[in-house]
Amino acid sequence: MTASSAVIRRGTIFSIVLGLVFLAAWQWGPGLLGIPSFIIPPLSAVWHEFWRMVAVNGLMFHTGITAAEVIAGFLLGSLLGACFGYLLGMSPTAEFALSPYILGLQIAPKVAFAPLFILWMGFTVYPKILVAILIVFFPVLVNVLSAVRTVDPDLINLARAFKATRAQIFWKIEFPASLPPLFAGLRIGSTLAVVGVVVGELVGGNTGLGYLLAFGEGQANTPMVFVTILMLTVVGGIAYLAVVLLENRVLHYLPERAVTGF
Amino acid sequence: MLPVSAPGEINKQATMSDLLRLEYRNVTMRFTDQAGKSLTAVQDVSLSLRDGEVVSLIGPSGCGKSTLLNIGSGLAAPSEGAAFVDGEQVSGPNAHVAFMLQKDLLLPWRTILQNVMFGVEVQGVPPLERESRAKALLSSLHLTDFASHYPHQLSGGMRQRVALARTLAVDPTVLLLDEPFSAVDAQTRMVLQRELAQTLMREKKTALLITHDLLEAVTMSDRVLVMSRRPGRLVDELRIDLPDRHDPIARRHHARVTDYVNVLMARLGIDEHMASGAVA
Ligand SMILES: Nc1ncnc2c1ncn2[C@@H]1O[C@H](COP(=O)(O)OP(=O)(O)OP(=O)(O)O)[C@@H](O)[C@H]1O
Ligand SMILES: [Mg+2]
Repeated sequence: MTASSAVIRRGTIFSIVLGLVFLAAWQWGPGLLGIPSFIIPPLSAVWHEFWRMVAVNGLMFHTGITAAEVIAGFLLGSLLGACFGYLLGMSPTAEFALSPYILGLQIAPKVAFAPLFILWMGFTVYPKILVAILIVFFPVLVNVLSAVRTVDPDLINLARAFKATRAQIFWKIEFPASLPPLFAGLRIGSTLAVVGVVVGELVGGNTGLGYLLAFGEGQANTPMVFVTILMLTVVGGIAYLAVVLLENRVLHYLPERAVTGF
Repeated sequence: MLPVSAPGEINKQATMSDLLRLEYRNVTMRFTDQAGKSLTAVQDVSLSLRDGEVVSLIGPSGCGKSTLLNIGSGLAAPSEGAAFVDGEQVSGPNAHVAFMLQKDLLLPWRTILQNVMFGVEVQGVPPLERESRAKALLSSLHLTDFASHYPHQLSGGMRQRVALARTLAVDPTVLLLDEPFSAVDAQTRMVLQRELAQTLMREKKTALLITHDLLEAVTMSDRVLVMSRRPGRLVDELRIDLPDRHDPIARRHHARVTDYVNVLMARLGIDEHMASGAVA
């Protein structure tokens, strides 16, 4: 639903107030409640740790590595997922033959493959990208597949009655009809890509935010862990936002897009 | 008010040649249901439409009307018999036939103008020509102001008019219409019926109109064909000898309209079924 301007204004004010209250609680709450700073470091400590990590630990370098792996894994994973989704969607036989294996792979926890990929490819960026590809692949595939399956057969018949070729039916009907579910899959994929990459980095290697996470843990440096979690959230948030912006451009014809895009 | 551009009754008779535009010869259609049993939907139907004729097809639900339409448009092949368009056997989708359904089937990602151009685009008509054709149709159907709107911004009646424009844009000789107005409200339906009737008359199109609305059948057509319950056969034919086929609203005022509707009701056996509690 398109929110009215009054809802947007009140909602924005409420959001900002809520954010300020949260930040204040983070800064002074632990002290007031007597929680030691190695359990929950106050906001200011995390802030200082952030700048220290930028200077000493190469925080921006590691963030860049993670972001690059997320982008590569997300793009390749969604491309593969979409391609397989369309191929299976157009071939009922292939779908029937492959569906038990797809289901099996979908149930298998994808992050569990991380150690295996590291055994195969060493402490490089590739195993991390591969975990991300694997984890992004399925939601995109499943969404595209069911979208192609559920295109109104009367629409296909309409195109057929105009003597459309198979390629025309795909590009003029099936593909555009599958875009809304495809984007729903991409949104999920964009957040999952971060999970895949981080697990890969946690398991092995000495680059990326996942590595900093493990490093901070080893040092019992709680603020460092907090900073890293925040940076991961920023990376995931930017990926998600990019998908939403693209979606709003591509699916502009849909009625009443949600204002927030969520 | 809409300009009455259609020619009069005498002219109509003159344009109606003996050329058969659409013909079904001994068409039988069987389906296999989920249980693997064979089900005869349509049994030995023969009918023909001359050039410029508008014929309505009525019959109980499930008697095979839409099945006949699919056979005529080449989307389904009959189990026996064949359909012919302009004397040529229908063996697949065919550029001379276009259909329109109860659902408007507009593509939500296309503007109204692009939707109207869909058929001609698929058929490979050059861009400039398809646009000029589509714009002319939009203007004759009073939709010019909505050319760049998206379907969800239009009312159901307007969307159905866009669907009609898309059907006419490919310049078919035969139109197959499957309950085209049954999903719009009564007033809009009357307006759409008149626009369709005027267009059919002006463009000298031949049309097979499937409907459940007996009044629509009587006011829009030259002939009404009646089908039996499944397996659907043609059981009756009623010639409508009334003027004003181009204006169903004017036709409504003819005294004999009610007689025709009553005859159709009797032939469909609607009274009996109501008495026996069956659902028509
Ligand atoms: N593809 C199909 N497979 C199996 N059975 C079918 C198929 N298409 C139609 N039928 C059956 O054929 C019969 C005729 O269907 P059809 O849609 O032509 O009826 P109809 O006269 O158009 O009905 P309505 O007035 O409700 O639209 C029905 O019993 C239907 O279940
Ligand atoms: Mg039907």
